Amino acid sequence: MQRRNFVKATALTLALAAAGFVTRPAVAADTIKVGILHSLSGTMAISETALKETALMTIAEINANGGVMGKQLEPVVVDPASNWPLFAEKARQLLTQDKVAVVFGCWTSVSRKSVNPVFKELNGLLFYPVQYEGEELEKNVFYTGAAPNQQAIPAVEYLMGKDGGSAKRWVLLGTDYVYPRTTNKILRAFLKSKGVADADIMEEYTPFGHSDYQTIIAKIKKFAGEGKKTAVVSTINGDSNVPFYKELGNAGLKATDVPVVAFSVGEEELRGVDTKPLVGHLAAWNYFQSIKNPENDKFIKMYRDWAKKQKLPKAESVVTNDPMEATYVGIHMWAQAVEKAKSTDVNKVIAAVGGQKFKAPSGFEIQMDPKNHHLHKPVFIGEVKADGQFNVVWKTKGPVKAAPWSPYIPGNDKKKGEPEGK
Amino acid sequence: MRRLILALLCCLSLAVHAAPDPALLRQLAAEESDEKIAAIQKLALSAEPEALALLQQLADGSLKDDKGEEITINNRVRRELEGALAVLKLIDPDVTVRFAAVKEIASNVDVAMAPMLARARDRETEPKIRALLVEAHALATLKDADPQLRIAAARALAGSADPNTQAQLKAQSEPANEPESEVRRAAFQSYLAVKDRLTLAETLGRIFSGLSLGSILLLAALGLAITYGVMGVINMAHGELLMIGAYATYAIQGVFRTHFPEQLDWYLLAAVPVAFFAAAAVGILLERTVIRWLYGRALETLLATWGLSLMLIQAARVIFGAQNVEVANPSWMSGGLEILPSIVLPLNRIVIVGFALFVLALVWALMNRTRLGMFVRAVTQNRAMAGCVGVPTGRIDTVAFALGAGIAGLGGVALSQIANVGPDMGQGYIVDSFMVVVLGGVGQLAGAVWAALGLGIVTKFIESWAGAVIAKIVVLVFIIMFIQKRPQGLFALKGRFVES
Repeated sequence: MQRRNFVKATALTLALAAAGFVTRPAVAADTIKVGILHSLSGTMAISETALKETALMTIAEINANGGVMGKQLEPVVVDPASNWPLFAEKARQLLTQDKVAVVFGCWTSVSRKSVNPVFKELNGLLFYPVQYEGEELEKNVFYTGAAPNQQAIPAVEYLMGKDGGSAKRWVLLGTDYVYPRTTNKILRAFLKSKGVADADIMEEYTPFGHSDYQTIIAKIKKFAGEGKKTAVVSTINGDSNVPFYKELGNAGLKATDVPVVAFSVGEEELRGVDTKPLVGHLAAWNYFQSIKNPENDKFIKMYRDWAKKQKLPKAESVVTNDPMEATYVGIHMWAQAVEKAKSTDVNKVIAAVGGQKFKAPSGFEIQMDPKNHHLHKPVFIGEVKADGQFNVVWKTKGPVKAAPWSPYIPGNDKKKGEPEGK
Repeated sequence: MRRLILALLCCLSLAVHAAPDPALLRQLAAEESDEKIAAIQKLALSAEPEALALLQQLADGSLKDDKGEEITINNRVRRELEGALAVLKLIDPDVTVRFAAVKEIASNVDVAMAPMLARARDRETEPKIRALLVEAHALATLKDADPQLRIAAARALAGSADPNTQAQLKAQSEPANEPESEVRRAAFQSYLAVKDRLTLAETLGRIFSGLSLGSILLLAALGLAITYGVMGVINMAHGELLMIGAYATYAIQGVFRTHFPEQLDWYLLAAVPVAFFAAAAVGILLERTVIRWLYGRALETLLATWGLSLMLIQAARVIFGAQNVEVANPSWMSGGLEILPSIVLPLNRIVIVGFALFVLALVWALMNRTRLGMFVRAVTQNRAMAGCVGVPTGRIDTVAFALGAGIAGLGGVALSQIANVGPDMGQGYIVDSFMVVVLGGVGQLAGAVWAALGLGIVTKFIESWAGAVIAKIVVLVFIIMFIQKRPQGLFALKGRFVES
């Protein structure tokens, strides 16, 4: 073989490999390993399985476009099975055995709290894609979901307003763990600052995986029947939402009487529910599948094609939702930061992530705050439609900066807006 | 909305004629809720059949604007829309439509609506709707200027069972809202009557949810009452037999979806025998291959069946995937039965209570009225003697275990209708099932029934004042204490028991 031909052939092979046409497993040295830490079984699988698929899809997209710094990304998927201590074990395994450059994962705050010490100890890097209660700023974590001021507070303000029905009494209903408890603490303080009396707030918690919501619905009905307009704020997580919404529909509690706004229920969770009796109930997110813009059209099409290619269950009816979008944005921001830092070294990447911009499917060019590890995100409030999609009834003009330390919790005004030790 | 309804009521009889305006459609598609509401009011006032059709389309979400995009509405607009539609439907010939319309109006009445409600009341022939109208009229006159009318209204409302009426009467009995002491007294008396009725309704509702939980516990535990209670096998894989029943239901639903879509509503009936035999077949397999070698060795049985349960969970994960699968309620099990305005009994739960009774009767008849049942009881009481008189004890063990497993499968059918169906769904019920059997007394079907109903009702009553988390803890502590005091459970077998 002539030398020139050899060079040409090599170049061609490389180009093909870069374009993702070569399917043979890449040599270890040529790849960057990234960890995916989502529950694929147990009570949270209903929500987290789609995030694993989104992460794999985004990685495939990046690989098809030439990878990161010319290297292909190699996903390492583990299943922590909705078991909080197992999250820490799996995170340790990803960081020490698989030596991943970054981990995308977790949904519940209790799982994030479980892995935080591991990432701190081993100086790993975690991208957390779900809305949460705030009250945390870790150097090793980037939060691509909403802080309370980007979801919970605007939703409650909306329900207090004229269009939301001028609610005067509040039921704060959640699963019994750190996220709902903290969010409700913030909301209670917020409602009090707006002049709502303690007697007009009812707080209720159920265990993970709870499936009998008769008593709670009866209580809500009684509470709402005592006069004054009532609204329900639901922070129920995981597959309990299916029996909750089924019971809600069967009991005939209509959105025009007692609207329920949910913070952890999106298109994916409603797939298993008959949504016709639920029309008008609300959810607050930073993204809905029904938002119309070219980036979102591309995102939805990409996920639908991915579902068909991977033969996911019920691939013809897959939906996209907010944490999926946050996963997608997070992976792209990490990739951009690695390109900027020209290294996968955790400290260098952390320094480079702040200030990254990305044209997100939510319709805005959103930015990672230079300091506080959170995204500036737009806020949308949607009402459930008969087909299980959401109809946006309220939105912010543009992205809102996150306030991880809520001003409604005493003592937070003294906390710094950036992680310690930077 | 009240203003709109009033205006509507005035023009209802006039039926002004005006062609539907294309500008109105644009207004309906406006961004602002206020604009939309104004358009709805204009449309409703025209009171024409076209306007009604247009509003109905808007409510159904099928109305398109001039760009062909769906016109969307929010809850505030929807409320206005439903109110307007209700008034237009008040003269509908169809009784059910009229009933729904009156209910909608009754939830938001005004003093100025009284004359029209009185007219509607006098015109109405259907007693059910008339009663509603009487109540709505009384609610409206509760704010009348004439104190005598107010007193009459307050007295008329004493028979109501609506939480909304209760709130109105309470407000009327306070000096801040009502100057006349006579009226205050009448309102207060009626308020007490309504409150009593509502408290009673609430208790009834709670007992029903207790019964419903009890029937679910019973369905979950009845199979175990046979395998553990009667045969003495500690079957940790019992929850997985429930899971198999639920997945069998899911599979039958799939078969009906693809092959008999018209009969989809009846898939559940077909699922009942399939789930029974599927779980029973797995039961026979477990018994023949593993459990029968371990009779009389409780600890080994416990460990072996626990291992089997893990294998069954993993098998379900491999076959059906790790995610929950969707099992839909048939339409005849969706929705609820309204007993009183404050309690709606969900149909799926009513059906499950009935189903539990059916399974219980089946098991009772099988154990007490058949030759097989007699053999099972004989083997339980004295295995050696039963063998001596010619009972094939080995085969009876297999059949009894299969029966227990099959009944667990039936429990799975019921669970699929109210809980999530996933590979590890059985894990959540194994503890509850053992609690029921142990509390009821080992070896007793009647004990299991009383224990399940008792636990269900107690749990629901604690839940209603302490919440679901505390209720779980309290019930567990209670059972531990109870077993300490009375290890044989509620009902103990008397006489010559084989192990005594």
